[in-house]
Amino acid sequence: MADHLLEVRDLSVEFHTAAGTVKAVQNVNWYLDRGETLAILGESGSGKSVSASAVMNLIDMPPGKITSGAILLNGKDMLKMSAEERRAINGAKIAMIFQDPLAHLNPVFTVGWQIAEMMTTHGRPRDKAAARARDLLHRVGLPEPDLAFGKYPHQFSGGQRQRLMIAMALACKPDILIADEPTTALDVTVQAQVLALLEELQQETGMGLLLITHDLGVVAEIADRVVVMNGGQIVETGNASEVYHNPQHPYTKKLIAAAPGSGEMPEESDRRGEPLLRATDLHKYYSAFHALKGVDLTIMPGETVAVVGESGSGKSTLARAILRLDDPSSGQIHYRGKDLMTLGPRELFGLRRDLQMVFQDPTQSLNPRMTVFQLISEAWAIHPEILPRKQWRDRVAELLTKVGLKPEMAVRYPHQFSGGQRQRIAIARALAMEPKLIVCDEAVSALDVSIQAQVIELLAGLRREMGLSYLFIAHDLPVVRDFADRVIVMKSGEIVEEGPVRQIFEAPRKDYTRALLAASLDPDPEIQAARRTARMELEMAVSA
Amino acid sequence: MSKFIGKRALASAVSLIGLVILVFFLSRLTGDPTDLYLPLDASVEAREQFREMHGFNDPLIVQFGRYVGDLVQGDFGESIRQARPAMQVVLEAFTWTLALAVITMTFVTIAAIVVGSLAAFRAGGIFDRLATFFSLIGASAPDFWIAIVAIVIFSVNLQWLPTSGTGSAAHWVLPVAVLFIRPFGLIVQVVRGSMINVLSSAYVKTARAKGVRTLPIIFVHGLRNAMLPVITVIGDQAAAILNGAVVVETIFGFPGIGKLMIDSILLRDFSVVLAAIMISALAIFLMNLLIDIAYALLDPRIRY
Repeated sequence: MADHLLEVRDLSVEFHTAAGTVKAVQNVNWYLDRGETLAILGESGSGKSVSASAVMNLIDMPPGKITSGAILLNGKDMLKMSAEERRAINGAKIAMIFQDPLAHLNPVFTVGWQIAEMMTTHGRPRDKAAARARDLLHRVGLPEPDLAFGKYPHQFSGGQRQRLMIAMALACKPDILIADEPTTALDVTVQAQVLALLEELQQETGMGLLLITHDLGVVAEIADRVVVMNGGQIVETGNASEVYHNPQHPYTKKLIAAAPGSGEMPEESDRRGEPLLRATDLHKYYSAFHALKGVDLTIMPGETVAVVGESGSGKSTLARAILRLDDPSSGQIHYRGKDLMTLGPRELFGLRRDLQMVFQDPTQSLNPRMTVFQLISEAWAIHPEILPRKQWRDRVAELLTKVGLKPEMAVRYPHQFSGGQRQRIAIARALAMEPKLIVCDEAVSALDVSIQAQVIELLAGLRREMGLSYLFIAHDLPVVRDFADRVIVMKSGEIVEEGPVRQIFEAPRKDYTRALLAASLDPDPEIQAARRTARMELEMAVSA
Repeated sequence: MSKFIGKRALASAVSLIGLVILVFFLSRLTGDPTDLYLPLDASVEAREQFREMHGFNDPLIVQFGRYVGDLVQGDFGESIRQARPAMQVVLEAFTWTLALAVITMTFVTIAAIVVGSLAAFRAGGIFDRLATFFSLIGASAPDFWIAIVAIVIFSVNLQWLPTSGTGSAAHWVLPVAVLFIRPFGLIVQVVRGSMINVLSSAYVKTARAKGVRTLPIIFVHGLRNAMLPVITVIGDQAAAILNGAVVVETIFGFPGIGKLMIDSILLRDFSVVLAAIMISALAIFLMNLLIDIAYALLDPRIRY
């Protein structure tokens, strides 16, 4: 049998924690050949990153421990090599890029120095390394590559930083590139560009690409083969297209079913009568920066309006302005006919109840030192007219049941819950106010796909039962497609296009909306291939 | 940057003026120094003449006006005790203290960075435990006690080093060593804590994935980031020595500004006290400025 470029055989890794021994991966087998792309697909806690960390010798031991297995590079077991041999492989033979490139680039050194360091570390003379670093900056498509050399990481955008990471990783022409969630933190259009760059570079160099991701769309876009992981074990492996169309394992089936963007789109909503909330000509300046440039917005009772845009589009500023968490510089906001902008503090306090917010990161938005009971009942301490103290306990239990948690969880603290559960607590807290409108600012973006689907299902159920309206801020178009009645597309502080969800998705009028749709990834490899062709044509049309 | 420095200088000047006013009147509350300088049997006329000569007869506010008037012309007054310009006396003493501070803090910084970083690299290991144990002792041991014990052991019993004074390099060893201990203990702890954070950061993971060797990871990738919180502590400790290592200077008979201030206060040598306070304040201001500049140099994300 010929050796694979990289093969992980029967690998098991344990972590010793205060809570006991955690088996992070058990008896994992996979291989990677030259020129191919293997994706390891899994949700958080599935162990999808662990085998890659083992390949790079990045597992801290202790607390980690490799209990069995072998990692073969060209047939030679890396686990039997000395630390120095392993070090010499890192970067030179196998390179790695990560999610969140800002955190993974050293903030106090220039990017040119950091790219050159990859080469000087592996024995290249300093001047040659610097020269190649400059070439690489050109190659990965940075604007003003000559100036980029002397700049620091914080001076680049998210997508540019990932290009820098790629330039650094490829500096020594490695045989293998490991990319751990390389596009997760990026906007969709930037994600598409970065994936395209990776593919291009792979074709140029013939390297093997190992991609770790939670996103079926990324798998569909770029992977040849896929390994599906759950609970530290491989549940399914095979050709990317076959696994999507003919999944064997129940977990894979569940994961594919949970992928957003395939459900029925709602019919156009009735927009006659008095709107719940109407904002007109909202402007917001942060000193000289014009973040909102005259935005209009109407939400009808029981309606879900989604605001979609990439980072910097002003969508979160809009949400905060509407709640007057961050007062707009000018414009009007009418809530049930009352002008929110002219209300005094006392009246505004009364209205706060009706308008609630659920944030992206429940770990940060829930006070870690309060129990769930305290977090939810705090609403009634602030607005005592909602509920007499005697009924607090029963109502908390009721709300927890409503969001799919158990009443006995009320005594626990936020850190004792998973991410999805925490977001449910945040929703229960918002519901405690008996609001009419909930503003969800990227409320499901940080959640795993299957959890995301559950939370969306919960929000939709509450809408049916309680007649809630939502202002749903998101960067992810497929999520919006299944849930929203209307969609507003924003760019650079302005509304590009607005309309019923079906019209936006099936007949977008503006190029920018089309570009956004084209860049978002479909979990179906065939659809994705077709989309890619469409995207290329669109790019050609734009550049022509 | 120069705008930032200007702003800071202005704020410091305002507090310095307040300080000078406060110290001027407070020091006068202790009485006039005539009796301290003239012999016990000096005649009434002689006492009157001494007061007249130094202007102690005028109302306090007139004395203050005269002092400020002289100050504006760059005259900081005379030292009663040494009968020469107060500023000259202070600057001489300050030079000694500055040398003491620079030498001590150089050793402290180098030693604390090396020990703290290595302790952080294998946190919980034997080296880390030893370093933590000794640095905690160092940070909490009283310096007057260490100074006296050191004199007893090294000067009196072993007779390796002089007990006090200046003159040769040997005279510097004990004061520097005693002043070294407390800031060293403190800064080792800060370096260690900061370095542990930095070494678990994402960019250090990147460096490991690049195959960078261990020492450059700690001392190139880690150190510059880890130094940010450390610099403030180094500055504080240096300022503390500059402000007069009173106890240590007194015990070792070291002619620095701390000893000068104590002597001048006891002998009501007002001009010298005031000049010393102004120089100390200026030193603190420059030290803080230096810290801010060091911050900006180390971290490109900070620009004033």
